[in-house]
Amino acid sequence: MSLLWLRFALACYFIGLVYAFFALSRTSDIFARIALHAASLGMVFHFVSLTELFLSGQAVWTAVHNGESLLAFLSMTFFMVIYTIYQTTAPGVVVFPVVFFLTFVAAMNQQPVLLVQFVPAKGWLIAHIILIFTGYAALVLSFGASLLYLVQERRLKSKKPKSLSSFLPALETIDQMGYRSLLLGFPFMTLGLLAGSVVAISTFGHLDFLDPKILLSVLMWAVYLIMVFTRWNSGWRGRRAAALASVAFLAALAAGAANYFSTIHRFAL
Amino acid sequence: MRFQLIGLNHKSAPLEVRERLAIPEKHLPDTCRELTAYPGIEEGMVISTCNRVEIVTHTQNGHADLRGFLHTHFGLKPEELDAHLYEFREKDAVRHIFRVASSLDSMVVGEAQILGQVKEAYATARAVGAVRGQLDQLFSRAFAVAKRVRTETAVGSSSVSIASVAVELAKKIFGSLHGKNVFIVGAGKMSELAARHLMAHGCGSIFVANRTYERAIGLAQKFDGQAIKFEDLYATCDRADIVITSTGAPHAIFRKEHGEQFLARRKNRPMFFIDIAVPRDVSDDMAKLDGIFAYNIDDLQQAVSTHVADRRKEAEKAEAIIASEVEKFEARISTLDVVPTIVSLQDHLETIRQAEIDRVRGRMGQLTPEQEIAVEALTRGIINKVMHTPITTLKSAARESEATTVVDVVRRLFNLQVKGKDEASDAKKTEAGTRQ
Repeated sequence: MSLLWLRFALACYFIGLVYAFFALSRTSDIFARIALHAASLGMVFHFVSLTELFLSGQAVWTAVHNGESLLAFLSMTFFMVIYTIYQTTAPGVVVFPVVFFLTFVAAMNQQPVLLVQFVPAKGWLIAHIILIFTGYAALVLSFGASLLYLVQERRLKSKKPKSLSSFLPALETIDQMGYRSLLLGFPFMTLGLLAGSVVAISTFGHLDFLDPKILLSVLMWAVYLIMVFTRWNSGWRGRRAAALASVAFLAALAAGAANYFSTIHRFAL
Repeated sequence: MRFQLIGLNHKSAPLEVRERLAIPEKHLPDTCRELTAYPGIEEGMVISTCNRVEIVTHTQNGHADLRGFLHTHFGLKPEELDAHLYEFREKDAVRHIFRVASSLDSMVVGEAQILGQVKEAYATARAVGAVRGQLDQLFSRAFAVAKRVRTETAVGSSSVSIASVAVELAKKIFGSLHGKNVFIVGAGKMSELAARHLMAHGCGSIFVANRTYERAIGLAQKFDGQAIKFEDLYATCDRADIVITSTGAPHAIFRKEHGEQFLARRKNRPMFFIDIAVPRDVSDDMAKLDGIFAYNIDDLQQAVSTHVADRRKEAEKAEAIIASEVEKFEARISTLDVVPTIVSLQDHLETIRQAEIDRVRGRMGQLTPEQEIAVEALTRGIINKVMHTPITTLKSAARESEATTVVDVVRRLFNLQVKGKDEASDAKKTEAGTRQ
C-alpha cells in the first residue's frame, strides 16, 4: 500500500517535472501555480507513504529505495520552506527533476536492497540517515540556487530587454536562498557524518579512511566546508560558487555511488 | 443613448491651447454645475488633466451645443479653439471614454495615472449631482472595462521610461531596494531623476560626487544625502549598491581595477552601474566582471523601446476588448431607455383597473371574498394581456434605431408622463426660455 501512495506522489511530481522543463523556455504563472499545487499534493501522498511504511514496522532503514524516498521528501520539504519564505517556484527547476528521479527509483524498486552488514547501533544509524539526508536535501537546494544565480546573472549581463520579464527571482534573493540552504545543511551533514562514524566504529571497531565511501564522504564534507568558508570569508558568488557547489554535488553523487564499492557501507545487489 | 463628448488632448492641441483650457481642481464642481444648467444637457462631467480637457454629457436630444458651452465658459473665440476640438456622439462617445479610462488614448499608452484622474473627475461630478443616471452607468462600466483591459492584457505591465527601467533592473538584482545606497557621480538632471525614482522605491542613503564640490553639496542637500569629494570617489564608491554615473569625462572613469577593488571590499556583493554618460563612464572590461552589472544609455533605451513596442501589441488586444464592451453597453443602455415608459404604462393601466374596481364596488355594494378574488383575477388578466404586446414591442425596439419613435408612439397613445424625466425637461425648457 505504501508503494501505491508513493506512485500517486510520483504522478504529482511528474507535473512538477514538466513545469521544470517548461520554465526553462517561457514564463507562466498559471503553470507555476498548477505545479506548486501538484507538488503539495504529491507531498501529502508521499508523507502518507512514509508514515504507513514506518508505522507498519516493515521499514528497513538501510533499504536504498526507502532512503531515496526519504531524501526526495526532505528535498521537497526544503523547497516548500523556500517557497513560503520567498514566494518563488524558481528552485523547482532543479528540485523537481531531482525529486522526481529519486521518487521514480524508489517507487519502481520492488526488491529492497539492503546493507550487507548487520548494524548493532540502530539509534545512531537512524540519526545518521536522517541527518545526512537533510544535509543532502540542503545541498540540492544550494546547488539549484547556484545554477539559478548563474542563469539570472547571464540574463542580466546579456542586457536583453526580455531579461526583465524573467520568472527568476532577484539575484540577491537567489543568493540568499543558496547561502541559507548551505548554512542550514552544513551542521546536518557534519552531525550525520559523525553519527555515521559512530555506527562504523561500533560495527567494525575502527574507521577505514581509505574506504571509497568514507573517502568520498570526507571529500564531500571538505568541499561543503570550503563552500561555507569562501562564502562567509570572501562572499563567493556566481561562477566560482556554482563551480564549488557542482563539485560538492558531484562528490555527494560519488559518495552515493560508492555504496556499491565500499566494504563497510555496501549494498547487496 | 444620447451621450455627447467634446474635448481636446495632446494629439489635437498644443500645450499652449491645453493650458488655456485647463480647469483647476477647485473649480471643477462649479464647472459641472454650470454644465448641467446649460440648455439641452441632463448630466455632465469634466475631465481635466495636463494632457486633455473633455466635457462628457448626456443630453436631452443628442444635439446640445457643447462648443457654445466651451466658448462661453473659457471666453474663447471659435477660431481660437474649434480647430483643436474633437467631438463624439453616442456609441463613439462611449468608445472614447472606455479608451481614455483604459489608458489607450494616453500619451504613454498603458500609464496608470489616467484611470485615477477619471475616477476623481467622476467623484467630483457625482458629489454635485451632475452625474446620476446614464453617465453614472457609463463611467461605472468604463472603470470595469479599464480593469478588464489591465487584467487581460499586458498593456501597462512594462516600464517605458529610462528611470523606471533602471528601477526595474535594480529590483531584478537586489530584490527589495529598501536600505540600498545610491551614489551619484556627476550632478546632471538625468542622474537626479533616476536617483529620485530609486529613492521613491525605498533606497536608503545617497552620496554625490562631482568635480565641482559645491554642486555635489547642492544636489546632496536635495536628497538629504552626503557630498563626497571627487578625489575620494574610488575610496568610497563601494559603499553604494547602485551607482548612477554621468560625468563629462572623455574616457571611462570606472575601469576593471576599480571594479575589482570595489568587489573585494564589498565581499563580492553585486553593484549596479547606471551609466548615462556619453562617452561612457564604465569601461567594457569592468562591466564584464562577475558581480558588476553596468547598463549604459543605449541598453536602457533599448529596453524602453522594446517595452513601448510590446505595449502597442497589447493595445491591439485591448481595442478588441473595448469594441465588444461598447456593443454590450449599448445593448444594455438601450433597454434601460425604455424602462421608464414600461413602468409608466404599467402604472397607468393599474390606476385604470383600480378605478374600475372601485366603481363596480360602489354600484354592487360589498363583494364577497370569492367575488373579490374573481374580479381581481379577471381584471389583472385583462391588463396583462393588453400590456403584453406593447411591452414586448418596446423591449425589442430598444435595440433598434426606431426605439425613440416607438417610445414616443406608446407615450402618446396612452398619454403617459415619465416621472422625473418630463419634469426635469420641462424645468430646463422654462429655464432656457427665461435666459433668452
